Amino acid sequence: MDTQNCFHCGLDIVAEAEIVFDEKTFCCNGCKTVYEIFSLNDLTCYYDFEKSPGATPQDIKGKYDFLDNESIVSKLLEFQEDTTAIVSLSIPHIHCSSCIWILENLQRLQKGISSSQVNFPEKKVRIIYNSSQVSLSTIVYLLSSIGYEPYISLENYETAKQNIDRSLTYKVGVAFFCFGNIMLLSFPEYFEVKEFWLDSYKPFFRWLIFALSLPSFLYSGSGYYVSAYKSIKSKMLNIDVPIALGIIVMFSRSVADIVFDYGSGFFDSLTGLIFFMLLGKMFQIKTYSFLSFERDFKSYFPVAVTRINADTSEESVPVYDIQKGDRLLIRNQELIPVDGILISEKAAIDYSFVTGEAIPINKNSGDKVFAGGKQIGEIIEMEVLFSVSQSYLTQLWSNAVFQKKVEQRHKSITDTISRYFTAVLLFVAFTAFSYWVFIDVNEAFNVFTAILIVACPCALALTAPFTLGNILRIIGKQKFYLKNAMVIEQLAKVDTIVFDKTGTITTNKKSNISYEGKSLSEPNLILIKSILRASNHPLSRMLYDFLPEMGKVKINDFEEITGKGIQAEVEGHFIKIGSEEFCTSSLSVSSTPPSEKVGERTSVHIQIDGEYYGKYVFKNQYREGLEQLFKSLNAKYQIKVLSGDNAGEKAALEALLPAGTELIFNQKPEQKLEFIKQLQDSGKNVMMVGDGLNDAGALAQSNVGISISENVNVFSPACDAILEASQFQKLDYFLKLSKKAMRVIKMSFALSLLYNIVGLTFAITGNLQPLVAAIIMPLSTITIVSFVTLMSNYYARKLE
Amino acid sequence: MSVIYLLITISIFVAIAFFIAFVIAVKSGQYDDDYTPSVRMLFDDELAKKETRTPEVANSIQKIETEE
Repeated sequence: MDTQNCFHCGLDIVAEAEIVFDEKTFCCNGCKTVYEIFSLNDLTCYYDFEKSPGATPQDIKGKYDFLDNESIVSKLLEFQEDTTAIVSLSIPHIHCSSCIWILENLQRLQKGISSSQVNFPEKKVRIIYNSSQVSLSTIVYLLSSIGYEPYISLENYETAKQNIDRSLTYKVGVAFFCFGNIMLLSFPEYFEVKEFWLDSYKPFFRWLIFALSLPSFLYSGSGYYVSAYKSIKSKMLNIDVPIALGIIVMFSRSVADIVFDYGSGFFDSLTGLIFFMLLGKMFQIKTYSFLSFERDFKSYFPVAVTRINADTSEESVPVYDIQKGDRLLIRNQELIPVDGILISEKAAIDYSFVTGEAIPINKNSGDKVFAGGKQIGEIIEMEVLFSVSQSYLTQLWSNAVFQKKVEQRHKSITDTISRYFTAVLLFVAFTAFSYWVFIDVNEAFNVFTAILIVACPCALALTAPFTLGNILRIIGKQKFYLKNAMVIEQLAKVDTIVFDKTGTITTNKKSNISYEGKSLSEPNLILIKSILRASNHPLSRMLYDFLPEMGKVKINDFEEITGKGIQAEVEGHFIKIGSEEFCTSSLSVSSTPPSEKVGERTSVHIQIDGEYYGKYVFKNQYREGLEQLFKSLNAKYQIKVLSGDNAGEKAALEALLPAGTELIFNQKPEQKLEFIKQLQDSGKNVMMVGDGLNDAGALAQSNVGISISENVNVFSPACDAILEASQFQKLDYFLKLSKKAMRVIKMSFALSLLYNIVGLTFAITGNLQPLVAAIIMPLSTITIVSFVTLMSNYYARKLE
Repeated sequence: MSVIYLLITISIFVAIAFFIAFVIAVKSGQYDDDYTPSVRMLFDDELAKKETRTPEVANSIQKIETEE
């Protein structure tokens, strides 16, 4: 057995911290406890399905106190009657079959839970429980204690239930039912066996086929009629116009055929056509159920906060009930839901959700604190200045951009082409009609309908869905998740790319700390780490997390000097950690460190026994492959960088980015939005790449808004696409691929037009038999679908 | 002769019965999550075995096996 990794969570074990229990090794007490819970309840099967599937449980003391408030709980529940309650909880950690297994066996861990069911793609668990035996907060605490902490946000508060649209599934089912049965019943007609027996049953078969085609024609195809009608009304011909026209003409002609006994009609082709087109529609929709592209601040904000009443009692209240003047209590790691004034002496606020900046900002009593920040460290008190909807950050969502429907803004390539296609088609049909009318009026109608039938742009309509659907899946596998297929077309049109700086082109991971100075021995590191443990200063906490796990030693005379640093005596050594001034004072001249050149960098200095050792530097670290990416992008796109920060990093950025890149600093969220708007007004197609909530406006305004996320399961503002941060350098590849996708579509359009021309020659000469139509239609569908799939796969591989 | 009417009618009814089964399946949400059930299916055996084999049962099974 591998002793290097924790049996529960799979993380590396630091030798000193190793815990052996039941012949298994664990990295920490938390993991051991989870194992204990499982083994006590005979649930160790958990470890059989997947190797080390667990997560270390986090300390959540007090975090879910609001679940004791009945009115809040009832808003979160999906269903409640008598003692039966159902709740759906979203759990980001769900990732493997062990997770499914343990979460579906919750009833063995907690009395009162009757059953639970996991929806893996959505990363949700639906728990049915008896509310008289167990409360929601007990369940949440149980889940957290086994490492499956649910994610409860303000979003859950409003929409406890959502309806799933299944109409497309029904339509495809109906279309396939009709198509399959009609095909079977049409077989006798295909062979045209001149036999008395078959001949006498012809009317029966034909009317049966007619009856079977009705559900497909009336129900499955209904979407096309509606869309065609809308497009005609708005005077923009889209692809659905010729499709709807083709379907209706095909149906009427077929009905006329069997009524007057001209032939068997085109019911087989008709239902096949509807089925294949719906299939294409279905293929194009690839939803990433566990992601949300519609997030606003509600997904970040807590459901409730702790309010301190006039009589100093504490109470959990829903966020929406907060009034101006209320006093709130914010615990460690809790989000500040509204703008306010800090009452406590000091606070360290992490605005990484908002700005992407990971280093917390220190605030003192009386300072303004803004909604969206996270308190790090001790409990703070604050007084509310604005209600939730009026806060600085949340006001952004009242901008008109967020009310607009995205689909109406863009016109797809298929629609553009079909505008010409429809015009040409009608022209050909009427010309042929007027030619035949002089020869034979009956035949003229035949030809006219045949043209509309055969030219029905089935292949044309299938090209884009299958190409884009395939590309969507290819890049989805590479962790670039698109909202829908339309985004690919938009990507291909982009000519200007705007990057946010903090959190987007820099990473906000904590490991970007480096040490400069005399090397520290291991005992010294132990001393430093032990002292840092005692300090609540945000930088101390970050440095503490950064230093490797080591033994602990007892410290004496610990003192924290506000604004300067910390000092303590450990095992006879006197250590100072803090600002440069703090650590270099009382030093002999010989050991004075070289003074700092760039004042913008945040650093923590170390002094041991009066000797200056060096400093830990907290840097804005740029993402890997950034320089390369910008270089290749610069050739084809105009690149701009927007930042909410001051111009401190300007020089560093200019050195890194290609010459001519526009850098704009000190941008507020509204200004970012405005900047994008101005670019668009000057005729640019803008792609915005951002991460924080402060980019939300710009992301919504841009043609394509891409949100960079370190953890795709949890945080990302509303956008068109979510890119996992580790794939950032592939952005250029994705853009190239989107262009190739458009090329594939164009090539395949040419191919399908070829089919149309062949079909049309049959139609114009008056030779279109039902059998010919029944062959051409599936043949063109199959070739087009396989052509686009092969081509898009080929390009995806070639570009890599 | 008219048996063909009967046969085709029956076949259509069978087809419609399957179609109704499909609609019921969609309505009950079976098509909403197409991944989890495939995994869940494999668990049931595991659990049943664990539950039925209480120590006594396990002992007696062992006894039988050794006697053989």
